Amino acid sequence: MRIECPLCGARDRREFYYQGAALTRPAPDAGEAAWDDYMHLRDNPAGETRDLWQHEGGCGAWLVVTRDTVSHVITDVVLAADAKGAGA
Amino acid sequence: MADLNETSAGAGLLPLSIGRFTVEERLPGALTSLTAFDADAMGAALKKAHGIAWPAPNRSNGKAQTRCIWFGHREVLLIGPAPEPSLGKHGAVVDVTDGWAVVQLQGAGAEEVLARLVPVNLSAAMFKRGHSARTLLGHMNAAITRLGPDAFEILVFRSMATTLVHDLKRAMESVTARG
Repeated sequence: MRIECPLCGARDRREFYYQGAALTRPAPDAGEAAWDDYMHLRDNPAGETRDLWQHEGGCGAWLVVTRDTVSHVITDVVLAADAKGAGA
Repeated sequence: MADLNETSAGAGLLPLSIGRFTVEERLPGALTSLTAFDADAMGAALKKAHGIAWPAPNRSNGKAQTRCIWFGHREVLLIGPAPEPSLGKHGAVVDVTDGWAVVQLQGAGAEEVLARLVPVNLSAAMFKRGHSARTLLGHMNAAITRLGPDAFEILVFRSMATTLVHDLKRAMESVTARG
């Protein structure tokens, strides 16, 4: 498996660290339900998912990777700094 | 008070010569990490202060005494001179001279040695003089730059210098044994 780092180009998966789902952080006053959802409740989709990965063995940038858990196809990789609603 | 002696990262480890390959320590002067608020602004300041352009990702710039290699998102490593204070207005300027071990791997087909350790294609066709990569060497974070047809510069954290030399030694022996 290779991930196309927007800075470094296509690199081997062993250079990357997996963080988890790329979620939109709720507002501080969004309420208990929204924060409970953000902190604890995860989907487990068979299909497209958006994750945060770090290119720790390379440039160190945080990335939002859109991939398919069924076919393993990676459709999009952007810098987390450029992605909307990817607050980790 | 104890009398402290300065010791380089490769002292007691290098130089190393096996077959047609050699590894030598490089002592290129100061190493300074430049991390920009805005890479364009800091790049302009770098050009003015040191006469060297801000390198694009996976590239290095400069001449023998003053070089710059790309080090990450909005970050480059200035190699050689002490940084001009004017750079400090545009981002973080951090002296990391003692933080890194810098070595040069030399010999015909040196990329065959690195091919056993690095998950990036460093062949001459793909990785030309001046190209630079932040990647792994074995289990270590490294910065690798091609200096010439048969020469690479390798940076790893100073604390890992012994492991670097060990890994290079094994790879050099392995390639040499194949003739």
